[in-house]
Amino acid sequence: MYNMVDVYISERILTPDKSMDKVWERPDLLIDVPNHYCPGCSHSVVHRLLMEVVEELDIMERTIGIAPVGCSVLAYDYLNVDMQEAAHGRATACASGIKRVFPDKIVFTYQGDGDLAAIGTSETIHTVNRGENIVMVFINNGIYGMTGGQMAPTTLEGAKTSTCPEGRNLDLMGHPIKIADMIALLDGAYYVTRQAVHNSKTVRKTKKALLKAFQYQIDGKGGTSFVEIVSNCPSGWKMTPLEANDWLAKNMFEYYPLGNIKIPQKEE
Amino acid sequence: MAKIRGSVTINKQYCKGCELCVYECPQDSLKMSTKLNTKGYHFAFLAEDTCTGCINCALVCPDACITVYRGTKKNQLSTVKKTTNSSSKMALKAL
Ligand SMILES: Cc1ncc(C[n+]2csc(CCOP(=O)(O)OP(=O)(O)O)c2C)c(N)n1
Ligand code: SF4
Ligand code: SF4
Ligand SMILES: [Mg+2]
Repeated sequence: MYNMVDVYISERILTPDKSMDKVWERPDLLIDVPNHYCPGCSHSVVHRLLMEVVEELDIMERTIGIAPVGCSVLAYDYLNVDMQEAAHGRATACASGIKRVFPDKIVFTYQGDGDLAAIGTSETIHTVNRGENIVMVFINNGIYGMTGGQMAPTTLEGAKTSTCPEGRNLDLMGHPIKIADMIALLDGAYYVTRQAVHNSKTVRKTKKALLKAFQYQIDGKGGTSFVEIVSNCPSGWKMTPLEANDWLAKNMFEYYPLGNIKIPQKEE
Repeated sequence: MAKIRGSVTINKQYCKGCELCVYECPQDSLKMSTKLNTKGYHFAFLAEDTCTGCINCALVCPDACITVYRGTKKNQLSTVKKTTNSSSKMALKAL
Protein backbone atom coordinates (compact mmCIF):
# COMPACT_ATOMS: atom_id res chain seq x y z
CA MET A 1 0.00 0.00 0.00
CA TYR A 2 1.04 3.58 -0.59
CA ASN A 3 2.11 5.66 2.29
CA MET A 4 -0.57 8.32 1.95
CA VAL A 5 1.57 11.16 3.24
CA ASP A 6 4.37 10.35 0.82
CA VAL A 7 1.97 10.13 -2.07
CA TYR A 8 0.51 13.51 -1.25
CA ILE A 9 3.87 15.14 -0.94
CA SER A 10 5.25 13.62 -4.14
CA GLU A 11 2.43 15.16 -6.13
CA ARG A 12 3.55 18.72 -5.98
CA ILE A 13 3.49 19.56 -9.65
CA LEU A 14 6.17 21.81 -11.08
CA THR A 15 5.31 24.21 -13.89
CA PRO A 16 7.58 26.32 -16.10
CA ASP A 17 8.60 29.76 -14.95
CA LYS A 18 7.03 32.46 -17.13
CA SER A 19 10.45 33.51 -18.41
CA MET A 20 11.06 30.12 -20.02
CA ASP A 21 10.89 29.65 -23.80
CA LYS A 22 8.91 26.92 -25.47
CA VAL A 23 11.35 24.61 -27.29
CA TRP A 24 9.09 21.73 -28.31
CA GLU A 25 5.39 21.27 -28.79
CA ARG A 26 2.89 19.05 -30.55
CA PRO A 27 3.04 19.73 -34.32
CA ASP A 28 0.16 21.90 -35.57
CA LEU A 29 -0.64 19.40 -38.33
CA LEU A 30 -1.38 16.66 -35.82
CA ILE A 31 -5.06 17.37 -35.28
CA ASP A 32 -5.68 18.38 -31.69
CA VAL A 33 -7.82 15.42 -30.61
CA PRO A 34 -7.01 12.42 -28.43
CA ASN A 35 -6.15 9.44 -30.65
CA HIS A 36 -7.68 5.97 -30.39
CA TYR A 37 -4.39 4.07 -30.18
CA CYS A 38 -3.60 1.95 -27.15
CA PRO A 39 -1.22 3.41 -24.54
CA GLY A 40 2.39 3.33 -25.77
CA CYS A 41 1.58 2.32 -29.37
CA SER A 42 4.23 3.15 -31.98
CA HIS A 43 1.56 4.15 -34.50
CA SER A 44 0.95 7.40 -32.65
CA VAL A 45 4.67 8.27 -32.56
CA VAL A 46 4.97 7.77 -36.31
CA HIS A 47 1.84 9.84 -36.98
CA ARG A 48 3.44 12.69 -35.08
CA LEU A 49 6.79 12.31 -36.89
CA LEU A 50 5.06 12.38 -40.27
CA MET A 51 3.34 15.63 -39.45
CA GLU A 52 6.59 17.13 -38.11
CA VAL A 53 8.26 16.23 -41.39
CA VAL A 54 5.47 17.63 -43.56
CA GLU A 55 5.54 20.80 -41.47
CA GLU A 56 9.31 21.17 -41.71
CA LEU A 57 9.38 20.63 -45.46
CA ASP A 58 6.47 23.04 -45.80
CA ILE A 59 4.50 20.73 -48.09
CA MET A 60 1.18 20.54 -46.23
CA GLU A 61 -0.69 22.12 -49.15
CA ARG A 62 0.36 19.43 -51.57
CA THR A 63 0.69 16.28 -49.49
CA ILE A 64 -1.71 13.37 -49.94
CA GLY A 65 -1.59 10.40 -47.57
CA ILE A 66 -3.17 6.99 -48.08
CA ALA A 67 -4.55 5.30 -44.97
CA PRO A 68 -4.62 1.49 -44.76
CA VAL A 69 -6.86 -1.03 -43.07
CA GLY A 70 -5.54 -1.93 -39.65
CA CYS A 71 -5.26 0.02 -36.41
CA SER A 72 -4.26 3.08 -38.43
CA VAL A 73 -7.44 2.95 -40.53
CA LEU A 74 -8.49 6.22 -38.94
CA ALA A 75 -5.18 8.01 -39.64
CA TYR A 76 -7.13 10.66 -41.58
CA ASP A 77 -8.75 11.75 -38.34
CA TYR A 78 -5.36 12.81 -37.01
CA LEU A 79 -3.23 13.89 -39.96
CA ASN A 80 -4.20 17.33 -41.19
CA VAL A 81 -3.29 16.74 -44.84
CA ASP A 82 -5.42 15.41 -47.70
CA MET A 83 -6.04 11.73 -47.13
CA GLN A 84 -7.49 8.82 -49.08
CA GLU A 85 -8.63 5.53 -47.56
CA ALA A 86 -7.65 2.39 -49.47
CA ALA A 87 -9.09 -1.12 -49.41
CA HIS A 88 -7.07 -3.56 -47.30
CA GLY A 89 -3.57 -3.86 -48.77
CA ARG A 90 -4.18 -1.61 -51.74
CA ALA A 91 -2.73 1.66 -50.44
CA THR A 92 0.22 1.64 -52.82
CA ALA A 93 -2.04 0.97 -55.81
CA CYS A 94 -4.12 4.00 -54.81
CA ALA A 95 -0.96 6.04 -54.30
CA SER A 96 0.39 5.08 -57.73
CA GLY A 97 -2.79 6.33 -59.38
CA ILE A 98 -2.84 9.56 -57.39
CA LYS A 99 0.83 10.32 -58.04
CA ARG A 100 0.43 9.68 -61.76
CA VAL A 101 -2.59 11.95 -62.04
CA PHE A 102 -1.05 14.64 -59.81
CA PRO A 103 2.72 14.36 -60.28
CA ASP A 104 3.25 17.60 -58.33
CA LYS A 105 1.64 16.24 -55.20
CA ILE A 106 3.69 14.58 -52.48
CA VAL A 107 2.15 11.17 -51.92
CA PHE A 108 2.78 8.79 -49.04
CA THR A 109 1.26 5.51 -47.95
CA TYR A 110 1.01 4.35 -44.35
CA GLN A 111 0.51 0.60 -43.79
CA GLY A 112 0.82 -2.12 -41.20
CA ASP A 113 2.45 -5.49 -41.78
CA GLY A 114 -0.82 -7.33 -42.30
CA ASP A 115 -1.79 -4.72 -44.85
CA LEU A 116 1.53 -4.29 -46.67
CA ALA A 117 3.13 -7.72 -46.29
CA ALA A 118 0.15 -10.12 -46.31
CA ILE A 119 -2.97 -9.12 -48.22
CA GLY A 120 -1.14 -6.34 -50.12
CA THR A 121 2.15 -8.09 -50.94
CA SER A 122 1.46 -8.03 -54.66
CA GLU A 123 0.66 -4.31 -54.71
CA THR A 124 3.72 -3.62 -52.56
CA ILE A 125 6.11 -5.45 -54.83
CA HIS A 126 4.74 -4.13 -58.10
CA THR A 127 4.54 -0.54 -56.89
CA VAL A 128 8.18 -0.62 -55.93
CA ASN A 129 9.08 -2.50 -59.09
CA ARG A 130 7.47 0.26 -61.14
CA GLY A 131 9.55 2.72 -59.14
CA GLU A 132 6.57 4.91 -58.31
CA ASN A 133 7.88 8.17 -56.88
CA ILE A 134 6.10 7.87 -53.54
CA VAL A 135 7.05 7.37 -49.89
CA MET A 136 5.92 4.10 -48.31
CA VAL A 137 5.77 4.02 -44.52
CA PHE A 138 5.64 0.48 -43.14
CA ILE A 139 4.70 -0.20 -39.52
CA ASN A 140 6.10 -3.63 -38.71
CA ASN A 141 4.65 -4.64 -35.35
CA GLY A 142 4.74 -8.37 -36.09
CA ILE A 143 1.02 -8.85 -35.58
CA TYR A 144 -2.48 -7.99 -36.78
CA GLY A 145 -3.19 -5.42 -34.11
CA MET A 146 -6.64 -4.25 -35.12
CA THR A 147 -8.33 -7.61 -35.39
CA GLY A 148 -7.15 -8.90 -32.04
CA GLY A 149 -3.56 -10.06 -32.35
CA GLN A 150 -3.42 -12.74 -35.03
CA MET A 151 -0.15 -13.94 -36.57
CA ALA A 152 1.25 -11.72 -39.31
CA PRO A 153 3.79 -12.76 -41.96
CA THR A 154 6.30 -10.75 -39.93
CA THR A 155 5.63 -12.53 -36.60
CA LEU A 156 8.91 -13.85 -35.19
CA GLU A 157 9.63 -17.55 -34.73
CA GLY A 158 8.24 -18.76 -31.42
CA ALA A 159 6.19 -15.59 -30.83
CA LYS A 160 2.72 -16.35 -29.48
CA THR A 161 -0.36 -14.86 -31.10
CA SER A 162 -4.03 -15.79 -31.02
CA THR A 163 -3.64 -17.87 -34.21
CA CYS A 164 -0.38 -19.52 -33.10
CA PRO A 165 -0.92 -19.82 -29.35
CA GLU A 166 1.99 -22.25 -29.07
CA GLY A 167 4.32 -19.82 -30.81
CA ARG A 168 5.07 -19.48 -34.52
CA ASN A 169 6.27 -22.79 -35.87
CA LEU A 170 8.42 -22.32 -38.98
CA ASP A 171 7.67 -25.80 -40.38
CA LEU A 172 3.96 -25.14 -40.26
CA MET A 173 3.74 -21.39 -40.81
CA GLY A 174 6.77 -20.42 -42.82
CA HIS A 175 9.37 -17.82 -42.04
CA PRO A 176 8.93 -14.22 -40.92
CA ILE A 177 9.14 -12.15 -44.09
CA LYS A 178 11.83 -9.47 -44.43
CA ILE A 179 9.89 -7.40 -46.86
CA ALA A 180 12.25 -4.40 -46.84
CA ASP A 181 15.23 -6.56 -47.79
CA MET A 182 13.12 -8.18 -50.50
CA ILE A 183 12.02 -5.00 -52.19
CA ALA A 184 15.48 -3.44 -51.90
CA LEU A 185 16.45 -5.93 -54.61
CA LEU A 186 14.01 -4.30 -57.02
CA ASP A 187 15.46 -1.71 -59.37
CA GLY A 188 12.54 0.62 -58.69
CA ALA A 189 13.52 0.99 -55.02
CA TYR A 190 15.45 4.23 -54.48
CA TYR A 191 15.82 4.42 -50.72
CA VAL A 192 15.04 1.56 -48.33
CA THR A 193 15.67 1.88 -44.63
CA ARG A 194 14.61 0.18 -41.39
CA GLN A 195 14.15 2.28 -38.28
CA ALA A 196 12.37 2.16 -34.90
CA VAL A 197 10.67 4.54 -32.48
CA HIS A 198 11.06 2.79 -29.13
CA ASN A 199 13.34 5.42 -27.58
CA SER A 200 14.34 9.03 -28.15
CA LYS A 201 17.48 8.11 -30.08
CA THR A 202 15.63 5.97 -32.61
CA VAL A 203 12.82 8.53 -32.88
CA ARG A 204 15.40 11.14 -33.93
CA LYS A 205 16.84 8.77 -36.54
CA THR A 206 13.43 7.82 -37.91
CA LYS A 207 12.58 11.46 -38.36
CA LYS A 208 15.76 11.99 -40.35
CA ALA A 209 14.93 8.97 -42.51
CA LEU A 210 11.43 10.27 -43.18
CA LEU A 211 12.79 13.72 -44.01
CA LYS A 212 15.15 12.12 -46.53
CA ALA A 213 12.42 9.98 -48.08
CA PHE A 214 10.11 12.97 -48.57
CA GLN A 215 12.96 15.12 -49.87
CA TYR A 216 13.80 12.51 -52.52
CA GLN A 217 10.21 12.60 -53.68
CA ILE A 218 10.17 16.41 -53.76
CA ASP A 219 13.39 16.40 -55.79
CA GLY A 220 11.69 13.99 -58.18
CA LYS A 221 14.42 11.41 -57.79
CA GLY A 222 13.53 8.23 -59.64
CA GLY A 223 12.14 5.53 -57.45
CA THR A 224 10.23 4.52 -54.39
CA SER A 225 11.35 5.40 -50.88
CA PHE A 226 10.48 2.79 -48.29
CA VAL A 227 10.74 3.44 -44.56
CA GLU A 228 10.08 0.41 -42.37
CA ILE A 229 9.55 1.14 -38.70
CA VAL A 230 9.98 -1.77 -36.32
CA SER A 231 7.09 -1.08 -33.97
CA ASN A 232 5.40 -2.37 -30.86
CA CYS A 233 1.84 -3.48 -30.25
CA PRO A 234 1.52 -3.60 -26.47
CA SER A 235 -2.08 -4.80 -26.59
CA GLY A 236 -1.52 -7.45 -29.25
CA TRP A 237 1.62 -8.68 -27.56
CA LYS A 238 -0.14 -8.63 -24.17
CA MET A 239 2.55 -6.53 -22.53
CA THR A 240 2.80 -3.14 -20.88
CA PRO A 241 4.25 -0.43 -23.16
CA LEU A 242 7.59 -0.60 -21.34
CA GLU A 243 7.72 -4.39 -21.55
CA ALA A 244 6.79 -4.24 -25.23
CA ASN A 245 9.57 -1.78 -26.08
CA ASP A 246 12.02 -3.88 -24.11
CA TRP A 247 10.91 -7.07 -25.88
CA LEU A 248 11.17 -5.31 -29.23
CA ALA A 249 14.73 -4.20 -28.59
CA LYS A 250 15.77 -7.64 -27.35
CA ASN A 251 14.07 -9.74 -30.02
CA MET A 252 13.01 -7.87 -33.13
CA PHE A 253 16.28 -6.13 -34.06
CA GLU A 254 18.13 -9.40 -34.33
CA TYR A 255 15.86 -10.49 -37.17
CA TYR A 256 15.03 -7.01 -38.46
CA PRO A 257 18.30 -5.11 -38.01
CA LEU A 258 18.05 -1.33 -38.08
CA GLY A 259 19.80 0.77 -40.68
CA ASN A 260 19.77 1.60 -44.36
CA ILE A 261 19.22 -1.30 -46.72
CA LYS A 262 19.52 0.64 -49.95
CA ILE A 263 20.69 4.21 -50.38
CA PRO A 264 20.90 6.28 -53.54
CA GLN A 265 24.08 5.41 -55.43
CA LYS A 266 25.62 8.91 -55.33
CA GLU A 267 25.55 8.89 -51.54
CA GLU A 268 27.27 5.56 -51.11
CA MET B 1 26.49 32.05 -17.89
CA ALA B 2 23.42 31.06 -15.96
CA LYS B 3 22.60 27.39 -15.78
CA ILE B 4 20.09 26.25 -18.39
CA ARG B 5 17.02 24.77 -16.78
CA GLY B 6 14.19 22.98 -18.42
CA SER B 7 10.56 22.34 -17.81
CA VAL B 8 7.60 20.49 -19.26
CA THR B 9 3.86 20.73 -19.19
CA ILE B 10 1.83 17.60 -19.81
CA ASN B 11 -1.70 17.58 -21.17
CA LYS B 12 -3.11 15.25 -18.57
CA GLN B 13 -6.31 14.55 -20.45
CA TYR B 14 -4.39 13.23 -23.50
CA CYS B 15 -1.93 11.21 -21.41
CA LYS B 16 -2.57 7.46 -21.46
CA GLY B 17 -0.21 6.59 -18.63
CA CYS B 18 2.15 4.54 -20.78
CA GLU B 19 5.15 5.61 -18.62
CA LEU B 20 7.48 5.79 -21.61
CA CYS B 21 8.41 9.40 -20.77
CA VAL B 22 9.21 8.55 -17.16
CA TYR B 23 11.52 5.78 -18.31
CA GLU B 24 13.15 7.90 -21.01
CA CYS B 25 13.92 10.95 -18.85
CA PRO B 26 17.67 10.94 -18.12
CA GLN B 27 17.15 13.26 -15.13
CA ASP B 28 14.34 11.28 -13.45
CA SER B 29 12.23 14.42 -13.44
CA LEU B 30 8.89 12.84 -14.24
CA LYS B 31 6.55 10.70 -12.17
CA MET B 32 3.19 9.05 -12.62
CA SER B 33 0.37 10.54 -10.63
CA THR B 34 -1.62 8.40 -8.26
CA LYS B 35 -4.65 10.32 -9.49
CA LEU B 36 -6.55 9.45 -12.65
CA ASN B 37 -7.59 11.55 -15.61
CA THR B 38 -11.14 11.47 -16.99
CA LYS B 39 -10.30 8.40 -19.11
CA GLY B 40 -9.08 6.51 -16.06
CA TYR B 41 -5.36 6.68 -16.76
CA HIS B 42 -2.66 7.67 -14.30
CA PHE B 43 -0.97 10.67 -15.90
CA ALA B 44 2.64 11.81 -15.90
CA PHE B 45 3.76 15.08 -14.31
CA LEU B 46 6.95 17.06 -13.62
CA ALA B 47 7.91 16.14 -10.08
CA GLU B 48 11.57 17.18 -9.74
CA ASP B 49 13.31 20.41 -10.63
CA THR B 50 16.06 18.50 -12.46
CA CYS B 51 14.68 18.87 -16.00
CA THR B 52 17.16 20.19 -18.57
CA GLY B 53 14.68 20.54 -21.43
CA CYS B 54 16.35 17.79 -23.48
CA ILE B 55 12.97 16.91 -25.12
CA ASN B 56 13.57 13.14 -24.86
CA CYS B 57 10.24 12.64 -23.10
CA ALA B 58 8.38 14.59 -25.76
CA LEU B 59 10.02 12.56 -28.51
CA VAL B 60 8.83 9.23 -27.14
CA CYS B 61 5.40 10.37 -26.01
CA PRO B 62 2.96 8.57 -28.31
CA ASP B 63 0.19 10.96 -27.50
CA ALA B 64 2.16 14.14 -28.14
CA CYS B 65 0.99 15.59 -24.87
CA ILE B 66 4.30 17.02 -23.65
CA THR B 67 5.42 20.61 -24.26
CA VAL B 68 9.02 21.42 -23.37
CA TYR B 69 10.48 24.72 -22.16
CA ARG B 70 13.97 26.06 -21.48
CA GLY B 71 15.14 29.02 -19.46
CA THR B 72 17.36 30.03 -16.60
CA LYS B 73 14.87 30.36 -13.75
CA LYS B 74 13.72 27.59 -11.43
CA ASN B 75 10.43 25.84 -12.05
CA GLN B 76 7.42 27.08 -10.18
CA LEU B 77 5.76 24.87 -7.65
CA SER B 78 2.20 25.05 -8.83
CA THR B 79 0.09 23.14 -6.37
CA VAL B 80 1.85 22.92 -3.04
CA LYS B 81 -0.77 22.96 -0.43
CA LYS B 82 1.08 21.58 2.57
CA THR B 83 4.61 20.42 3.17
CA THR B 84 6.20 17.38 4.80
CA ASN B 85 5.37 18.45 8.33
CA SER B 86 1.65 18.68 7.65
CA SER B 87 -0.43 16.20 9.57
CA SER B 88 -1.25 13.00 7.76
CA LYS B 89 -4.91 13.79 8.33
CA MET B 90 -4.64 16.91 6.21
CA ALA B 91 -2.79 14.97 3.56
CA LEU B 92 -5.43 12.28 3.43
CA LYS B 93 -8.15 14.86 3.12
CA ALA B 94 -6.40 16.45 0.17
CA LEU B 95 -6.28 13.11 -1.68
C1 LIG C 1 -10.37 -7.72 -47.31
C2 LIG C 1 -10.21 -7.74 -45.84
N1 LIG C 1 -9.74 -8.85 -45.23
C3 LIG C 1 -9.58 -8.87 -43.90
C4 LIG C 1 -9.90 -7.78 -43.14
C5 LIG C 1 -9.72 -7.83 -41.64
N2 LIG C 1 -8.59 -7.07 -41.19
C6 LIG C 1 -8.71 -5.82 -40.73
S1 LIG C 1 -7.27 -5.16 -40.18
C7 LIG C 1 -6.46 -6.60 -40.54
C8 LIG C 1 -4.99 -6.76 -40.25
C9 LIG C 1 -4.28 -5.51 -39.92
O1 LIG C 1 -2.99 -5.78 -39.51
P1 LIG C 1 -1.82 -4.77 -39.79
O2 LIG C 1 -1.86 -4.32 -41.20
O3 LIG C 1 -0.57 -5.41 -39.32
O4 LIG C 1 -2.17 -3.49 -38.93
P2 LIG C 1 -2.01 -3.21 -37.38
O5 LIG C 1 -3.38 -3.21 -36.85
O6 LIG C 1 -1.12 -4.24 -36.80
O7 LIG C 1 -1.39 -1.85 -37.35
C10 LIG C 1 -7.31 -7.54 -41.07
C11 LIG C 1 -6.90 -8.90 -41.47
C12 LIG C 1 -10.40 -6.63 -43.81
N3 LIG C 1 -10.71 -5.52 -43.13
N4 LIG C 1 -10.56 -6.64 -45.15
S1 SF4 D 1 -3.80 -2.96 -31.01
FE1 SF4 D 1 -1.58 -2.72 -31.15
S2 SF4 D 1 -1.20 -1.65 -33.08
FE2 SF4 D 1 -3.36 -1.39 -32.56
S3 SF4 D 1 -3.48 0.56 -31.43
FE3 SF4 D 1 -3.29 -1.07 -29.92
S4 SF4 D 1 -1.10 -1.23 -29.55
FE4 SF4 D 1 -1.34 -0.10 -31.44
S1 SF4 E 1 4.76 9.29 -22.68
FE1 SF4 E 1 3.00 10.67 -22.94
S2 SF4 E 1 1.18 9.35 -22.79
FE2 SF4 E 1 2.91 8.21 -21.94
S3 SF4 E 1 2.88 8.62 -19.73
FE3 SF4 E 1 4.26 10.14 -20.65
S4 SF4 E 1 2.97 11.91 -21.07
FE4 SF4 E 1 1.59 10.18 -20.72
MG1 LIG F 1 0.56 -5.07 -37.68
